[in-house]
Amino acid sequence: MAIIKTEHLTHLYGTGTPFEKAAIRDVNLEIEEGELVGVIGHTGSGKSTLIQHLNGLLKPTSGHIYIDGTDIFESVQILQKTRFKVGLVFQYPEYQLFEETVEKDIAFGPKNLGFTEEQVKEAVSHAMECVGLSDAFRKKSPFELSGGQKRRVAIAGVIAMRPKVLILDEPTAGLDPKGRDTILNLISDYHRAEKNTVLLVSHSMEDVAKYCSKVLVMNQGHVFSYGTVAETFSRADEIEQIGLAVPQVTRLFSALAKEGYEAGEEVYTIVRAKEILLEKFLQKGGA
Amino acid sequence: MLSDITIGQFFPGKSIVHRLDPRAKILLVIAFIILLFVVRNPVSFVLIGIFLAVIYIVAKIPARAIWRGVKPILPLILFTSILNLFFVDGEPLVKWWIFKITAEGISVAVLMAVRIVCLIIGSLLLTYTTSPIALTDAIERLLKPLKVIRFPVHEMAMMMTIALRFIPTLLEETDKIMSAQKARGADLETGSIIRRAKALIPILIPLFVSAFRRAEDLALAMECRCYRGGEGRTRMKQLHFSHLDGISAVATGVVFVAAVLLDVFLPKII
Repeated sequence: MAIIKTEHLTHLYGTGTPFEKAAIRDVNLEIEEGELVGVIGHTGSGKSTLIQHLNGLLKPTSGHIYIDGTDIFESVQILQKTRFKVGLVFQYPEYQLFEETVEKDIAFGPKNLGFTEEQVKEAVSHAMECVGLSDAFRKKSPFELSGGQKRRVAIAGVIAMRPKVLILDEPTAGLDPKGRDTILNLISDYHRAEKNTVLLVSHSMEDVAKYCSKVLVMNQGHVFSYGTVAETFSRADEIEQIGLAVPQVTRLFSALAKEGYEAGEEVYTIVRAKEILLEKFLQKGGA
Repeated sequence: MLSDITIGQFFPGKSIVHRLDPRAKILLVIAFIILLFVVRNPVSFVLIGIFLAVIYIVAKIPARAIWRGVKPILPLILFTSILNLFFVDGEPLVKWWIFKITAEGISVAVLMAVRIVCLIIGSLLLTYTTSPIALTDAIERLLKPLKVIRFPVHEMAMMMTIALRFIPTLLEETDKIMSAQKARGADLETGSIIRRAKALIPILIPLFVSAFRRAEDLALAMECRCYRGGEGRTRMKQLHFSHLDGISAVATGVVFVAAVLLDVFLPKII
């Protein structure tokens, strides 16, 4: 059974005014448990609106959202539970830190959940481990950390709630390349270790191709496509038409193919490109 | 949602009222307020009412905007009216225990209510037809003489401009932080007052932190562009009094004088 399912999900902003605008319209989705889904789309394509529906922060104008088969707006209790089941990390999450110490800030979520002191402790340790923060950070003030560290603390704050689904809205925005790699690797490791469902909103096709198992492409409030990385990039031309770029290495290889070189299909990551090139090179050397 | 709150009730437009110099508008509103507390005659108030109605029609401000402005003040109006009703001396009409209602009390209560309503409607006209930026500009110019006594006029105006500019930004920020903390299970809607006050901490602290960060960024950006305060600073938009301002001032003056004359020469009712 799909862990996340939406039916005809529509959200209008400013209903009843002349400025009425659909942020998302008729979104039907089924996301299986354990996937690492990359969510891609332009600014204003409805990505953020969509993910805020998934844990019930926004109420749909019409349509339904099912998490684990339950309609999340069925009752207030279910909605409250959903908030914990679906952990949402906002853009620039470090701006939501407020406690005196890293430890206390991460414990905020689990405490709201009603964990016992013992459970809170365990959840905090586990979350800190997940984001690669050593025990030395526990008693530090979150405000004296670097940008990347702050972000890791904020992500740990959500992971500590032990959500079944983790959604991250552009977790690498505003970080340097090294910081980006660190965060993405941590998320990938977390996904592998916990076997949870993870949704990763991103602008970078490279990152999505490298880390994700499925890709959800949003365009103008609609689901443009949802499928595996290979399925998605097989429609490279269409994706470029809606103004999104396929990974540079994919572009390069399809250009090579057009020139008559046997470059191989389904090249989305640098690693894969390297393998293919080496293979070709060795073949030539051998012959 | 917080973003639905409209702050700065400016109704953009191109009417004569909108095009008046903001300084002229401020001065006229001040004169208007003084007038309200000088006259006591109902006929004068009728004249004032017609005058306000005409301006609102000229400025094309919808009637419901007036209602929206007056509504929050209604309790205050009610309160003052009731106080006046019971505590003005005179011939009692009704007497019960220590309470008495006098004819004078009734008329004073009604007069005060009418005054306050006119005051609100008149001053709303200023904010409805003047952009906040124009307003602060005008205040800066009008307060300029205070520089003689070292009052930091320019700094005051700059602070007001910045504050106004950041109201929507901070509202948006608050909305975002609230969503983020709700996603972490913060309960903002239920519980006793103390619990709710405590629940505000996770929102207020990040908000303050970000406000200070924004202030620092803005200060740096201003310094990078060589901002050094008001000394020798010129303006992109110069305020000029035009014929329009003169004509409006004269027209308003005639109405005001008429209101005062009516008040003086008609028989006193209150």
